[in-house]
Amino acid sequence: MADLHPPPPCPPGTEPLVAVRGIVNSFGAQVVHDGLDMDVMPGEIFGIVGGSGSGKSVLLNTILGLRTPQAGQVRLEGRDLTKLGPAELRAVKRRYGVTFQHGALFTAFTVAENVKLPIAESLALPEDVLDGLAHQKIRLVGLPAEAAHKYPSQLSGGMVKRAALARALALDPPLLFLDEPTAGLDPIAASAFDELLLYLQRSLRLTVVMITHDLDTIYRTCNRIGVIVDRRMISDTLENIVQNPHPWIQEYFHGERGRVLEQALRPSAVAHRAPSGTGAASAGDGVR
Amino acid sequence: MFLEVTHRDGERELRPRGHWRAEHAPQLAREVDEFQPGAGRIVLDAAQLESLDLTGAFFLRRLERRLAVEGVEVRWASPRPEPLEFESGVVGDELPAPRPENPHPPIGQVGRWAVERGLEARGAIAFLGSVCLVFAGAVARPKRFRAASIVRHVYETGLQAVPIVALIAFLISVIIAYIGAQQLRQYGGEIFVVDLVTLAVLRELGVLLTAIIVAGRSGSAFAAEIGVMRLNDEVDALRAIGLNVVEVLVLPRIVGLVIALPMLTIVADAMGLAGGAVLSFLLLDIPFNQFLARMQEAIMPTTFWAGLLKAPVFAFVIALIGTYRGMQVRESSRELGRLTTVAVVQSIFMVIFVNAIFAVAYWQLDF
Ligand SMILES: Nc1ncnc2c1ncn2[C@@H]1O[C@H](COP(=O)(O)OP(=O)(O)OP(=O)(O)O)[C@@H](O)[C@H]1O
Ligand SMILES: [Mg+2]
Repeated sequence: MADLHPPPPCPPGTEPLVAVRGIVNSFGAQVVHDGLDMDVMPGEIFGIVGGSGSGKSVLLNTILGLRTPQAGQVRLEGRDLTKLGPAELRAVKRRYGVTFQHGALFTAFTVAENVKLPIAESLALPEDVLDGLAHQKIRLVGLPAEAAHKYPSQLSGGMVKRAALARALALDPPLLFLDEPTAGLDPIAASAFDELLLYLQRSLRLTVVMITHDLDTIYRTCNRIGVIVDRRMISDTLENIVQNPHPWIQEYFHGERGRVLEQALRPSAVAHRAPSGTGAASAGDGVR
Repeated sequence: MFLEVTHRDGERELRPRGHWRAEHAPQLAREVDEFQPGAGRIVLDAAQLESLDLTGAFFLRRLERRLAVEGVEVRWASPRPEPLEFESGVVGDELPAPRPENPHPPIGQVGRWAVERGLEARGAIAFLGSVCLVFAGAVARPKRFRAASIVRHVYETGLQAVPIVALIAFLISVIIAYIGAQQLRQYGGEIFVVDLVTLAVLRELGVLLTAIIVAGRSGSAFAAEIGVMRLNDEVDALRAIGLNVVEVLVLPRIVGLVIALPMLTIVADAMGLAGGAVLSFLLLDIPFNQFLARMQEAIMPTTFWAGLLKAPVFAFVIALIGTYRGMQVRESSRELGRLTTVAVVQSIFMVIFVNAIFAVAYWQLDF
């Protein structure tokens, strides 16, 4: 399954799942975002790229409502998070899963307890079901079953990332926010992650917003890319964005590393990038 | 209703229906676990299943497994739903890993506890030893005292604590003077309130109160600061750079507190005496100059020093316990909270305990 992902079938006029409008974020004199717009369509994997310190994590925190921007608004599923009551907000938050750049596992809990926590908080389930669900999520992200009873301090860096992903997937949210999920994974694990992501998107119709520096992951999974340059976002499909004349974008995709990858992927790229539009959609229709 | 049973052509048909999704998990769990399979064959049909996520697939697999365990012969009429195939591929028949049991029988636990206490005692002594070694090294090469760091700790543990220490010393001595005045008035010995306040504040209360406040304030701060540094691997980073952790983190705190606590004690003494004087003036009409004159008579030349001498010892105990507990933090935020609490409780206890030793020693020495 080394194919490149075709653009998502998104008819024009579809309401975006995540709509960010005119966000302004600054720390003292340093302006990080200045009128940033972003749209994520349902069912797509949206990659956010940008230089270190360009404000990707800050943008994620803003979307999640953890940080109030100086201006602008964020709408999730058409609703402005800042205008929701506590009960509605909780319902919305249950519909998305998040991983943070540094894992942010609860250090006082084992991996299994970390995964069970969001489930147990929102659903009244017997303990053995919780154990089973945690086990499923732990296996899903490629952790061995024994890792369930380890504490975060006993995990390797890559295992922390995967455990965080397992916790984000705990409630099978239709929307996932991931901050550098493949950083620290070995290439095999990263590739397995790509496949998991594609499976989730195609079969379970997840929408994914992913911050990543991993060009392989971008080429393999992302439908559209948003690049943060000059405190704003330029977003487009992969084949269009690589042609964007902005010097930073050119350097990013066509610099030494990008070129190697581009060459390596070229043969299949030609074959698969034609917008067939159906491959992804039909793969998941086993149950409908 | 997520499970529907129908009978057709002598066969039972089991239809999962509706949305088998995470939000309906409690209901799904109930229905799957309460389903009575009975005997014979069952045909499963997913035609009515409207949607299925991985949580739903978990319950479908749980259902399949229940049927298999009960010895029911199962056949899928429709293709097995795709997420279920995927889920089974990932998880298979594997069960959650059992929680690792505590392998020690009760008697073994007692032994384990004893060994751990022994190791901890050894660790504490080793810590004390390395502090002494580093201190000796620093005396030989004073640059290793890290003046900037010491000054910061004197400021944070000493100067910033002045208002709270002053206020508490003032109030406590007002209370002592008040109770003393009530009792002594019955014998017409109001003037002895001055003796009471002066001796109590200078010998015991000033330094003891200050030490207890500082133990709560700075003992916890030391443990928490160093504990968080341990959780963030900052301590390991210091080691990797080749720095001596005791020299960088522990010694400046100990030296800083040993400087700060005596100064705070002097503040507390002064405020305590002021509180006594104010109350004596207001309640007993003893003017300030008479209070001062009586105070001179009440104290011996050593009284002030008897209190102040204890301050550096208390400071050393508090700082040592705080930093030691901070260094013990490993692994989790819960440990951090536990050890910070331990640091405060132990340092307050040790302050009072050492104070008792001082009392006995002073008594024997007639100091
Ligand atoms: N709490 C904060 N206070 C001050 N400045 C901050 C804060 N958080 C972030 N910044 C600044 O905002 C900018 C963007 O930070 P951010 O963490 O979003 O970067 P990033 O794009 O995620 O980078 P990376 O790819 O390295 O993770 C940086 O210059 C950072 O210094
Ligand atoms: Mg970041």
